[in-house]
Amino acid sequence: MPRLSDTMQEGTVSTWTKKVGDRVDKGDILAEIETDKATMELEAYDAGVLERIVVEAGKTVPIGEIIAVIGDGSGAGKGTGTGVPAGEATPAAPAADTPPEPPVSAAPGIPTAQPVAAATAGPTAGNTAAVKASPLARAIARDAGLDLSTVRGSGPGGRIVRADVEAAVAGLRSAPTPASAVSSSAVRSGPDDEELPLNKVRRITARRLVESKQQVPHFYLTRTIDAEELVQARAQINAGLAAITPNGGTASKVSVNDLVVKAVASALRAHPEVNVSFAGDKLIKHNRVHVGIAVSLDDGLIVPVIRDTDTLTVTQISAASTDLATRARAGKLKPDEFTGGTFSVTNLGMFGVDEFSAIINPPEPAILAVGRAKQEAVVRDGQIVARHTMRVTLSVDHRAVDGAGGARFLATLASLLENPFAALA
Amino acid sequence: MAVITYRQALNETLRSELLRDPDVFLMGEEIGIFEGSYKITAGLLKEFGPERVRDTPIAEEGFVGAAIGAAMLGLRPVVEIMTINFSIVALDQIVNHAAKIHTMFGGQSKVPMVIRTPGGGGQQLAATHSQNIEVWYAHVPGLKVVVPSTPADAKGLLAASIRDDDPVMFIEHLALYNTKGEVPEGDYVIPIGKAAVTKEGTDITIVSYSRMAAVALDVAKRLEEDEGVSAEVVDLRSLRPLDRETILASVRKTSKAVILEEDWLSYGVGAEIAATIQEGAFDYLDAPVRRVAAAEIPLPYSKPLELAALPDATALVKVIHETLDATRFRS
Repeated sequence: MPRLSDTMQEGTVSTWTKKVGDRVDKGDILAEIETDKATMELEAYDAGVLERIVVEAGKTVPIGEIIAVIGDGSGAGKGTGTGVPAGEATPAAPAADTPPEPPVSAAPGIPTAQPVAAATAGPTAGNTAAVKASPLARAIARDAGLDLSTVRGSGPGGRIVRADVEAAVAGLRSAPTPASAVSSSAVRSGPDDEELPLNKVRRITARRLVESKQQVPHFYLTRTIDAEELVQARAQINAGLAAITPNGGTASKVSVNDLVVKAVASALRAHPEVNVSFAGDKLIKHNRVHVGIAVSLDDGLIVPVIRDTDTLTVTQISAASTDLATRARAGKLKPDEFTGGTFSVTNLGMFGVDEFSAIINPPEPAILAVGRAKQEAVVRDGQIVARHTMRVTLSVDHRAVDGAGGARFLATLASLLENPFAALA
Repeated sequence: MAVITYRQALNETLRSELLRDPDVFLMGEEIGIFEGSYKITAGLLKEFGPERVRDTPIAEEGFVGAAIGAAMLGLRPVVEIMTINFSIVALDQIVNHAAKIHTMFGGQSKVPMVIRTPGGGGQQLAATHSQNIEVWYAHVPGLKVVVPSTPADAKGLLAASIRDDDPVMFIEHLALYNTKGEVPEGDYVIPIGKAAVTKEGTDITIVSYSRMAAVALDVAKRLEEDEGVSAEVVDLRSLRPLDRETILASVRKTSKAVILEEDWLSYGVGAEIAATIQEGAFDYLDAPVRRVAAAEIPLPYSKPLELAALPDATALVKVIHETLDATRFRS
């Protein structure tokens, strides 16, 4: 089971597109793999014959497990076998044929055929690479979303060992936290309750949000935007798009959120000091602007990223976000489509929410929570008038950006949203 | 189940294989009239006659070569080399002929022979007669190398070796001949290439073979009783083929491993085991894999020096403690 995304710990084989006995060429699609965030196509790394399917469709295994064997065809036709331990793939060759013992491989016990993806990717943690820790401690920390640089090692020479990591994880779990999705040990179901196993997206979401809330010091800035011009601009843009669409064609449309995303991207370009990530002992300044848009799924949440958002027109942003959201709901996003964002926008306006505060999606420095645009009585030039207003709340990582910096960014954003044609110019 | 010695188990297995298969015959120095330097072949000349229990000249290269020829032509010779140290004289026959004939001649001829020979130190036999050079043979593709630690394994693995179609180095241990254990009666064959977990445990894995596997098992039992340490003992039983999966499954469970080997440390069996563990169970390790092996010197004749040079229970316990402490197990 290859590692198909940074956060992937295990994968589910959705379907096998090749059968045992089929010839495969390098690059052929072997199977569809459901990871924690998406369903991806698995390409063959080598040519040969699919000799054995070890993990049947529907089964989930950790990364690094053998899921199938591609060989020269001599072992084909043995059919599928479930849960065959890796070692069994070594046929105890008939003694008469002096068994060719292979040089030691990374996947001991699989000498005769090329296992599909036997090797797991190395640790992905950036700032933990220099930390001295046992491999097991690293693996546990990785699974728990624990930053090893925050753990004190008690082993020889300060090495972090399992006991240290487990104590740190236990500390995390016992800390009171509203988003304590991982501290489920304290919660028990009663006779009137039903236990639902966590799906992968839910588990990852829970882990990352706990990590964010516990490790990222959030502060919040709320501002009311006069959205009258914005609402009208949107209507005019859509009317214009309809007018230039030939009869019978489907006119593109932009949403208020598309305009917000465009304004956010422009504001980030104007405030590079906000387009940064906190990285332990340094800040990483992002020279490109990639805005993520939160998409709710039936079973969780995902934040696909629109690359180079500041260089796109609103209709391009609209098309990109529609496409990403559609494929996100189908589980068809590729890993690089939901990673690498520098800022996120989340919008609950369509549910009638006036305002809310969002949890930052690390390592991004901030997230903008957008409420609905609605008519309110406001005072304008000494008169009470009905205007569309919209409240936005910026959650900011205080390690990366200070209050005044966040407020300046928000002021620019407000002025862009209140003068939408300037934002488009 | 009868309780018999390792020596008796070997003797009875040779006898029953001679009875079972008329192609089986024995060759070696002083195995007939003298009944073997270590009496493994006691009574067999009398019962089977000089055709099938053949005394040879003191010429290891000659009689190993003769056995290879006999094996190529369909017999199943079981050669005794008095100690593993003398197998060095026959190294060319074993490594360049027995191990390679099957593949070099395109499978036209098998070499179904067994070379039985004891290794090991601790008997005050001095440097040239007290060696653990099994790894030399374990390095060679085409050979199988079997290293039983108990009377039962001696029986089951010797039967399997004689019935195997490859050349097998069946390496006994001088200090095990008088050890006793329960041995299943009747036809008892242990497949070559499957390690035994002789004691299950959860805290640390001890990997060993031959006499040191017996030492490891004693230490593991004592640690459990005295200190509540749950050690798992993996007895390799054969060095080639090597049962990597059993080792890895154990280490994935315990996350710590110590290897006890009677050979020299550098390039020894433990090096191969340690490499296997880091390749196959890296993410499961909570401490470095440690090796307990013999001092890297020709083994001294002097008893106190000989004992000091060989690995033992005390050395193993020390390294187990160090490994446990490195993971804060005991604090």
